[in-house]
Amino acid sequence: MIAIREINEVGFVGQMPEQDTQQQVRAATGRVLVNRENRETVGEITVDHPRMTCRDVNVWYGDKHAIKSVSLDVGRNEVIAMIGPSGCGKSTFIRCLNRMNDTIEGCRITGAITLDGIDIYGKNIDVVPLRAQVGMVFQKPNPFPKSIYENIAYGPRIHGMAANKAELDEIVETSLIKAGLWNEVKDWLGQPGTGLSGGQQQRLCIARTIAVNPEVILMDEPCSALDPIATAVIEDLIDELREQYTIVIVTHSMQQASRVSQRTAYFHLGDLIEVGSTPQIFTNPSHQLTEDYITGRFG
Amino acid sequence: MNNAHPNGISPARKKERTLDIVNRGLGKRYRAERRFRCYGLLAIVVSMVFLSLLFISIVGKGYSAFLQTFVKLDVFLDPEILDEQSLATADYQGLVKKSLRGMFPDVAGRRDKRMLYRMVSSGASFQLRDLVLTQPDVIGQTLPVWVPADDDVDMLIKGHFDRNVDEGQRRLKDKQLAWIDQLSSEDRIKKKFNTTFFTAGDSREPELAGIWGAVAGSFFTLVVTLVLSFPIGVAAAVYLEEFAPKNRWTDLIEVNINNLAAVPSIVFGLLGLAVFLNFFGLPRSAPIVGGLVLALMTLPVVIIASRSALKAVPPSIREAALGVGASQMQMVAHHVLPLALPGMLTGAIIGMARALGETAPLLMIGMVAFIVDIPTGFTDPATALPVQIYLWADSPERAFVERTSAAIMVLLVFLITMNAAAVILRKRFEKRW
Repeated sequence: MIAIREINEVGFVGQMPEQDTQQQVRAATGRVLVNRENRETVGEITVDHPRMTCRDVNVWYGDKHAIKSVSLDVGRNEVIAMIGPSGCGKSTFIRCLNRMNDTIEGCRITGAITLDGIDIYGKNIDVVPLRAQVGMVFQKPNPFPKSIYENIAYGPRIHGMAANKAELDEIVETSLIKAGLWNEVKDWLGQPGTGLSGGQQQRLCIARTIAVNPEVILMDEPCSALDPIATAVIEDLIDELREQYTIVIVTHSMQQASRVSQRTAYFHLGDLIEVGSTPQIFTNPSHQLTEDYITGRFG
Repeated sequence: MNNAHPNGISPARKKERTLDIVNRGLGKRYRAERRFRCYGLLAIVVSMVFLSLLFISIVGKGYSAFLQTFVKLDVFLDPEILDEQSLATADYQGLVKKSLRGMFPDVAGRRDKRMLYRMVSSGASFQLRDLVLTQPDVIGQTLPVWVPADDDVDMLIKGHFDRNVDEGQRRLKDKQLAWIDQLSSEDRIKKKFNTTFFTAGDSREPELAGIWGAVAGSFFTLVVTLVLSFPIGVAAAVYLEEFAPKNRWTDLIEVNINNLAAVPSIVFGLLGLAVFLNFFGLPRSAPIVGGLVLALMTLPVVIIASRSALKAVPPSIREAALGVGASQMQMVAHHVLPLALPGMLTGAIIGMARALGETAPLLMIGMVAFIVDIPTGFTDPATALPVQIYLWADSPERAFVERTSAAIMVLLVFLITMNAAAVILRKRFEKRW
């Protein structure tokens, strides 16, 4: 029973809570938590009727083992949040879900990821329809250097989703309405998308993603560059979009995860530590590392 | 500060505020910055001085070539000589000589007459012929005609001729000087704008030589160069940068492209001679061969510039395109290329400007020949601007000195136009949002 001050290999800094001789730790509330050294995933990784399933996913960047044997299901019409300290692999993980990692030199992926039962890393899978089904919103708003209209119309146009100009106009309008941007930009559709404010640009990027009518939307820290008001607007938007889409969101903000998601997954140095319903993760985590992170002891 | 400590600078130092330390070093820091600015300014001044020396020397020598001395002759267009049937081949030289004899009736003897005739350019007879052919109704009249003076007379009028030199060493003899003075006093000698210089091809007579043939040759050559090097260069750059796997082969190709950019241009000339002329049997001295050789020379420059322009396109734009389901090709064609185009154009035009000024490879493929006719196509014999400058600089006549400088001025105007076009194109295509 000694208190140690150290910076250990799990990235833990500061006063370690007391440990007992069992492989378990007693939290302040008297709950029993899984020990830090245990890197098995805690919690229910499977859901009924999953949209996407991941089994034993490993990712290497050159020699760096970025994701270590992660298994996780993504359910229908749910928002699942990925949280964890910087460099824990949560962004890498969601970039596997639409094969955005393919573009990175020296990136190697093993394991199985399926979308509606089909292996997306299978031999005959084309990434173009996959990415049309699994859209992505990035950390930094990245509108095309074109007009607002062209930003939204680009996806439907390359996929041939609109037969004529009227249909395309309609797609643009409904996408902007869904993204909550229509009233702000409807008179400025010909203006450059990069002239909007940061929050508007991010909603433009969301509108661009939903214009293709995907089934899953991946969001990689969509609010990290935005102020609280713009963040609130986007969080409301995510809540509305859940009715139609499955959303996987990576976030640094635990408050955001607790506000927008139904399930939460906690990553730590490439391991998926704990998965569970969001209220359970934030009020009653089962793993010591999760407890440490959400109580702000590190991260 | 605490000075109580006997030997103690260090305790006093420790108590010093950051502000004091910063302020102490501030003067030195600003002096260093001022010094650095001065170096920069000095570098600019030095380069401006050299540049203006170049300009002053070229313009100072060359501006007089834009004027040409003309002599007014009263020519009687004799109907007996100008036969209706053979207007094009009539003895116009005789008409010119006759009117000269008429102006100086007291000149006798063959040598004196030859000296007299030599004072006007041999182009005078062609000028008369053109006049008669376009307006046949002037036959039978006596017309005052301004014909170009010989280059020696021209030099005298422009002040490039020293009358005090011993007569034996002068190109104009005392008698000729007297005749010129007489013509001057009769207002029969005048300097006019030298349109010949801008409209004619090369000539052995400086007063008849013009730059237009070389300009046309350069133009056709550069068209071939641009049409070949820009699309091939951009396609190669796009493939290497966006599609090619990064392995030992692409590394090897990259090294070789960088090497090619540094190969001396004469080597490309030798290659053109061996491959295009000797193996494929393309015509000698033709702009199409010159363009092919210069395209080979420009290609590495275009590829390198295009690759760096492609590299400069932010990855976020690529991710955005891929994220909505664009294929690799659509991403490149719709988003990356438009953003990289200004950089590619700049690279291409800089490469073209270099090709415009290139002489050595053209010497090897015969574009250094003396060509009088103005080329009208890609396979006509032609020469190029820098080669023309080289040819004129080699000519012994005094009047070619100013024409060399004038040709350099024309080349500089060409270069400035091209570089300005590069800036304008970049501004136009650059997305400012």
